Amino acid sequence: MSSIEKSTPKKITPSIQEYLETIYKLSHNGERVKTTKISKNLEISPGSVTQMIKKLEELGYVNYSQYKGVKLTKTGLKEAKKVTRKHRLLERFLRDILKLKDNIIHEQACEMEHSLSDEAERAMCQVLEHPDKCPGESLIPACDFPFKSCEECMTHRSEEVSEVGKRNENLIPIMELKKNQEGKISFIRGDYKVIRRLLDMGITIGAMINVIKVAPLSGPVEVAIRGSKLAIGRDIACNVFVEIEE
Amino acid sequence: MNTNNTEPLVNNNENLTIALAGNANVGKSVIFNELTGSNQIIGNWPGKTIERAEGKLHFEGQDIRVIDLPGIYSFSTYSLEEIVSREYIAFEKPDVVINVVDAAVLERNLFFTLQLLEMEVPLVICVNQVDIAKQKGIIIDTEKLEAALGVPVVATIAIRGEGLHELVEIATKIAHVKPKPSIIEYGGEVENRIKIICQRIKSLNLELGYPSRWVAIKLLENDPEIKKIVEAQAPDLIRLAYRYAGEIEKIHEEPFFAVMAAERYALANRIAFGAQLQSELKPSLSERLDMIVTHRVWGYVVSALVIGGLLFWTFVIGTNLSNLLSDVFSFFTPVDPQVAGPLVSIIWNGALGGLIAGITLVIPFVIPFYIMLSLIENSGILTRVAFMLDSAMHSIGLHGKALIPLILGYGCNVPAIDQTRILETRRERLLASYAITFAPCAARTIVILGLVAIYVSVWWAIALYAIDLLVIFVLGRVALKAVPGETTGLIMEMHSFKTPSLSVALKQTWTRTKTLIIFVFPIYILGSAVMQGLYAFGVLTPVNAILAPITVFWLGLPVITGVLFIFMIVRKEFTLLVLVAIFGTHLAGVLTPIQFIILALVGMLYTPCLSVLTKLAVDFNWRTSITIGVANFITAIVIGGVMYRIINPFF
Repeated sequence: MSSIEKSTPKKITPSIQEYLETIYKLSHNGERVKTTKISKNLEISPGSVTQMIKKLEELGYVNYSQYKGVKLTKTGLKEAKKVTRKHRLLERFLRDILKLKDNIIHEQACEMEHSLSDEAERAMCQVLEHPDKCPGESLIPACDFPFKSCEECMTHRSEEVSEVGKRNENLIPIMELKKNQEGKISFIRGDYKVIRRLLDMGITIGAMINVIKVAPLSGPVEVAIRGSKLAIGRDIACNVFVEIEE
Repeated sequence: MNTNNTEPLVNNNENLTIALAGNANVGKSVIFNELTGSNQIIGNWPGKTIERAEGKLHFEGQDIRVIDLPGIYSFSTYSLEEIVSREYIAFEKPDVVINVVDAAVLERNLFFTLQLLEMEVPLVICVNQVDIAKQKGIIIDTEKLEAALGVPVVATIAIRGEGLHELVEIATKIAHVKPKPSIIEYGGEVENRIKIICQRIKSLNLELGYPSRWVAIKLLENDPEIKKIVEAQAPDLIRLAYRYAGEIEKIHEEPFFAVMAAERYALANRIAFGAQLQSELKPSLSERLDMIVTHRVWGYVVSALVIGGLLFWTFVIGTNLSNLLSDVFSFFTPVDPQVAGPLVSIIWNGALGGLIAGITLVIPFVIPFYIMLSLIENSGILTRVAFMLDSAMHSIGLHGKALIPLILGYGCNVPAIDQTRILETRRERLLASYAITFAPCAARTIVILGLVAIYVSVWWAIALYAIDLLVIFVLGRVALKAVPGETTGLIMEMHSFKTPSLSVALKQTWTRTKTLIIFVFPIYILGSAVMQGLYAFGVLTPVNAILAPITVFWLGLPVITGVLFIFMIVRKEFTLLVLVAIFGTHLAGVLTPIQFIILALVGMLYTPCLSVLTKLAVDFNWRTSITIGVANFITAIVIGGVMYRIINPFF
């Protein structure tokens, strides 16, 4: 257990995690979130929320401005994605493996997410065969291990999380890239069959990709890659992750 | 082993073979049409449902066979097209392969070029659409590209025929000389291992048919087909390749095929950037058009206009053309079916009737449809429609690309089902083909127009189309439940807009119509003759009585319509034709408006015609074909009966 402590030096309380998770859920593509929204969502009084947000700012998780609202910092986003990922993976685990009823899995996952170790998170993802969506169809964020593909994670399954290490940058699915934002393809989730098709079209690890347009009504995205344009369906675009170089 | 000895010395002066290879939508078919004109044979690859296009070219005293290989991006995903292409290149050994590449997206195209080079075929690169690239500010230096690839490069604008003479000239030269293929090396650790395996293959003298270096790469990539071939002769090699691939995977932390793809793309990138001069990227007209065509609101309007416009154009031109042709033919011979007299005369009359019906009813709708479709297809706008409607198609388990064959189905279901090959899995081809059988083809359009638009109202005809869309959607969902599985996501290249060429569209239309005539007309003629014979001898009369519970009770139609339900399986237009034969043109006195609507509705959704059923059986199997036929029969009858009860109070 000591190895896990090492990789997360700051002590994060469940309540901080809950806040970060909520801010992440409420902000679309990194937009600022109003504190009133957070207060409504968590059912906590606006006063207490503002107090907590200020504490989060001190800890370096968020940027806060009274008028514009709250925005996650890079570290904050990382922690928020991590706990969200654990929550959604747990939901899948409770439903798919333990066959629990839909009405209890959310609450159960909420309780369990704070105590789930990274080791267990990884094992759960492997058992579930790298799921991309939770039962509510929300996207499960990518893991923060430095793998390029799920297959790589599987071949290294004997190595512990502490040996595997962590990824520094945040991974963003190309689906969530802003228009004209460029990223470097760093992780592709899914099995080889999908990856092979992507490779043939030039979507390889390390390639630069740029979103040109997102079709309405959960349609595909149009991207520029390798000097040409491709339309990529949403299901695939949710599983191709990039790192953004600042 | 000296690889030069394996070259066939058969093809000297006569009958050179040129194969055209390249990505989809780079103008390969345009070049094929320009080279071969009307000298084409469109068939299937042996044992496969993939279209094989072959043509003849007479060039400077030589007869040249030209093969148009399917448009593919790689040789690695084991799609039928890829296997057909690589087996053709390896075993039939064309004298020269012309690799058509799109000048505007050189890097992506060179990825495939590198794989052709791996196959060590005599190669000529045709850099096509240099005009479109220029508009985007990209100029290709063919000499630099030639130096980098080690094979001749010719720049062309195929749609205007520019550069094609030079292309064929160089291709024939290469075909005769067959220069030693240039080998492009990959990164050190990968290349070393390829070389060692390649040497082993050569020293073992294996009979593989494929070039040794290529086999080495494929073994490392864990290609199942190639592994099977090698396994039988040298199982040790498989183990060696497996070990080497493992070593590479250790170094790169990626499977070998991914490393290889990255290697090829890195090389393609280097070569492309070395050979292209790019002035500042200006927002081309194409991009400005794109703003509208894929706009969140206007995009849908444009999509609707494209599809609606295509159908509207087909109706207007088709109806006029059909009337014109009917007038011409009524000059020579009466189209009225003969139902009494000597057998030969009846059958002859039936056969003739079938032929004339084909000419006057199907051709006039199919030709204008295909001309317009080709223009739309070649302009690149259909890709945008597919992009906009991708999520709608997802609800019936297909992705946006499936829209293209579906639209084609409005002309004729047979080529539409053929076109489903652009989809990735058999399951998706099946789902799309099923949806296509509900797309009202030209023949069904005639019935709808001929019965409902003329005798009831145009609005009811339009309503029938709306109902049809609804049926496709609902049954698509049902079929999705029946054939569960994962839907492949969309990955589609978005080509730039092009100004379509009418001559190319005409040629494409001719090819498509020709296939239709060869495939469908014999069935028309034969089926029509047989049916008429059966009818004349009263074999079909009991049918009316047997079907009466369905026709009279359930659908509210006159008893005489029973026989139509048999005829409709042969040809949809028979619905109209037989009615006219029995009652003359005063149909308004025989059928009520509701009966017209119900008859047209049932006809629209009914079991597809024999040619479609045959096509389904060829592409899938008879069981599938019959299942779809029965499913459509039930659908048509159920919906027809329900509809009858719904609209009855309104009349």
